[in-house]
Amino acid sequence: MATDITESAELGEINKYNFRTETTGVFKAQKGINAEIVNQISDIKNEPDWMREFRLKSLEIFESRPMPKWGGDIDIDFQDIFYYLKPTNGQGRTWDDVPQEIKDTFDKLGIPEAEKKFLSGVKAQFESEVIYGSLEEDLAKQGVIFTDTDTAVREHPELLREYFAKVIPPEDNKFAALNSAVWSGGSFIYIPKGVHVDFPLQAYFRINAESMGQFERTLIIVDEGASIHYVEGCTAPMYSTESLHSAVVEVIVKKNARCRYTTIQNWANNIYNLVTKRAYAYGDATMEWVDGNLGSKLTMKYPAVHMMEPGARGEILSIAFSSAGQHQDAGAKLVHEAPNTTGQIISKSISKNGGRSSYRGLVRVEPGAHNSKNNVVCDALILDPESRSDTYPYIEIAEQDVQIGHEASVSRIGEEQMFYLLSRGLTEQEASTMIVNGFIEPLVKELPMEYAVEMNRLIQLQMEGSVG
Amino acid sequence: MTHVLKIEDLHVNVGEKPILRGVNLTINHGETHALMGPNGSGKSTLGLAIMGHPGYDVTGGKISLDGKDVLAMEPDERAREGIFMAFQRPMAIPGVKMADFLRHATTNVRRPDRKEGEELIPMREFRKELKEKMSHLRMDVEFARRYVNDGFSGGEMKRAEILQLAMLQPKFALLDETDSGLDADAVRLASESIAEIGQGKMGLLIITHHDKLLEHNPPEFTHVMLGGRLVETGGRELADELHENGYDRIRNAYPDAEAANQEMLAEEAAI
Ligand SMILES: Nc1ncnc2c1ncn2[C@@H]1O[C@H](COP(=O)(O)OP(=O)(O)OP(=O)(O)O)[C@@H](O)[C@H]1O
Ligand SMILES: [Mg+2]
Repeated sequence: MATDITESAELGEINKYNFRTETTGVFKAQKGINAEIVNQISDIKNEPDWMREFRLKSLEIFESRPMPKWGGDIDIDFQDIFYYLKPTNGQGRTWDDVPQEIKDTFDKLGIPEAEKKFLSGVKAQFESEVIYGSLEEDLAKQGVIFTDTDTAVREHPELLREYFAKVIPPEDNKFAALNSAVWSGGSFIYIPKGVHVDFPLQAYFRINAESMGQFERTLIIVDEGASIHYVEGCTAPMYSTESLHSAVVEVIVKKNARCRYTTIQNWANNIYNLVTKRAYAYGDATMEWVDGNLGSKLTMKYPAVHMMEPGARGEILSIAFSSAGQHQDAGAKLVHEAPNTTGQIISKSISKNGGRSSYRGLVRVEPGAHNSKNNVVCDALILDPESRSDTYPYIEIAEQDVQIGHEASVSRIGEEQMFYLLSRGLTEQEASTMIVNGFIEPLVKELPMEYAVEMNRLIQLQMEGSVG
Repeated sequence: MTHVLKIEDLHVNVGEKPILRGVNLTINHGETHALMGPNGSGKSTLGLAIMGHPGYDVTGGKISLDGKDVLAMEPDERAREGIFMAFQRPMAIPGVKMADFLRHATTNVRRPDRKEGEELIPMREFRKELKEKMSHLRMDVEFARRYVNDGFSGGEMKRAEILQLAMLQPKFALLDETDSGLDADAVRLASESIAEIGQGKMGLLIITHHDKLLEHNPPEFTHVMLGGRLVETGGRELADELHENGYDRIRNAYPDAEAANQEMLAEEAAI
């Protein structure tokens, strides 16, 4: 499997070594985390004082918090990680350094040449300026801001400061605090009142080494009556020498606005992917998270929607696929803070070759949020006896007059379904791939076309066991 | 060379329980055979064993196709060798579209040597053929976009099985109550379609409790199963007799088989 190679400590060391010796400039990357390093990051970015103070305060919170005791086993030595690496413009790593398995997977997925180099960290900039340039112009005319978060700190200081860390403060959890201390990159998006962006905005168009960093920070504000579909990630395996990815994504959806945030991520087998994503949806607004998680050593990710005002809707669709050596602890969180709010969670997980998928979900109805409706459906598919699936649904309800539904199912690929397909000439491999693709079809059909196609192809590769 | 499907002294268990107790049957390509017998006598079991269902344990006997050992083959290899079964109770595969499923199946059966991951039948060509065959069966084109057997009515399911028969063009087809659960018009349409697709073009084994299907597909041979054995074989007139008078004569004539049948039914009731 492709990602087995990245588990090899040796390879990791070689690549870290490359980074350390070949990075030039004032910044000298060092492992570990302390106030000096945080100050250094702030220096390099030439940040205003408030951001520096925010980082330093977050560091204190990070240090004072214990590791979460639930979720998965986290075995991270925080002093053995680089927290900031300057983009290397291709000097840090060469194409020859990229493991053959990763290259093969790119080929199988049909990833274009230029993207391959970018995705494997050989190039710092993804060459799509041409496509992106005209889009950017179009959007700018409508007042849309779409930039990386570092740039936003410089160019849109007031707007950014008004919303930054308001939905997810550093106190929220240990990893949100860590991100707040060392964050770098991520997207900043502002959609003005009444503006509808009618094509999916893809992080893809503007990814560079910064925005895909380990600690990216994304902030999206959809103003009243506006709408946007943001798509992040891609199905190519994310190859990284660092083992910790901890992002924070905050979304504010104002009155009558809509936001759909789609993520498809396929991490290499050595990665801890610990992400905090949360949205506030105001009066009659709709927030949807579509979240697909493949790979990684451990993913802990529970996109949340807080329905702040009457009529708000929150929807979360989540797919998790775990294979050998992987644990997906994924789920969702819906908090009804106001009356007449509606929430829905649909979660589908697949476990294979000893992989483990857990659904962890919270539905909370706060006092006063009467006449709220919530429905949770989680289905797990287990492909072999070595694999495992667990469900941890938490429901806290402080109101009488609400409708709450919860359905959970765990299934194995049925002998009967399998036999039916085999009896029509499909091989066992084709049949199980088809059953798995069918299982996630209700979610895949929500994805933009090209992602849906890639997703199916990726599942096929996963099922063939040729990627990890 | 005409193709031959040959079953010799076949014994099949489900778990510990013996169901088939020595079945002998030879079907030549182009022949139509009717398989009759009371409920629970083992008709479906015979079909499923021929197709290779993993829940049906072959404890003795042989199955061969043109001399090749069928029992050594996985179900998908059997399908690619040209064996097909229209199931009494087809399985639903949620999320998998009929068209995608059929395109894979048709490709594999027509190109038995295809390696996994190689091209499927070109989309355009496949669609055209599928559409033609569907309109022949008076199926709406929408049907191709529905998920395999998911939420199908009884009649739709059986029609979908016939569509698969039409697409896969096997050498031997085992049709297990493909006429049950259909209204009078649908039975006629199914019977005519099967005659058109299969009569003389494949070896047919028709399992049925009704006479309509056999009217359109007159069998050269009728076999009667009781207690897991084929106790009598005749021509078309045997089928007519059983439709007319039921199984009393058979039950009286073969008391051992009848006892075995009763025993199986009793165990079934006990479960
Ligand atoms: N999967 C199974 N598990 C348990 N028992 C089974 C199974 N399949 C068949 N049997 C038993 O084997 C016997 C024969 O069943 P089979 O379905 O072959 O009968 P049949 O002749 O097709 O009946 P019908 O006319 O009702 O369709 C019955 O007693 C049945 O209960
Ligand atoms: Mg039967």
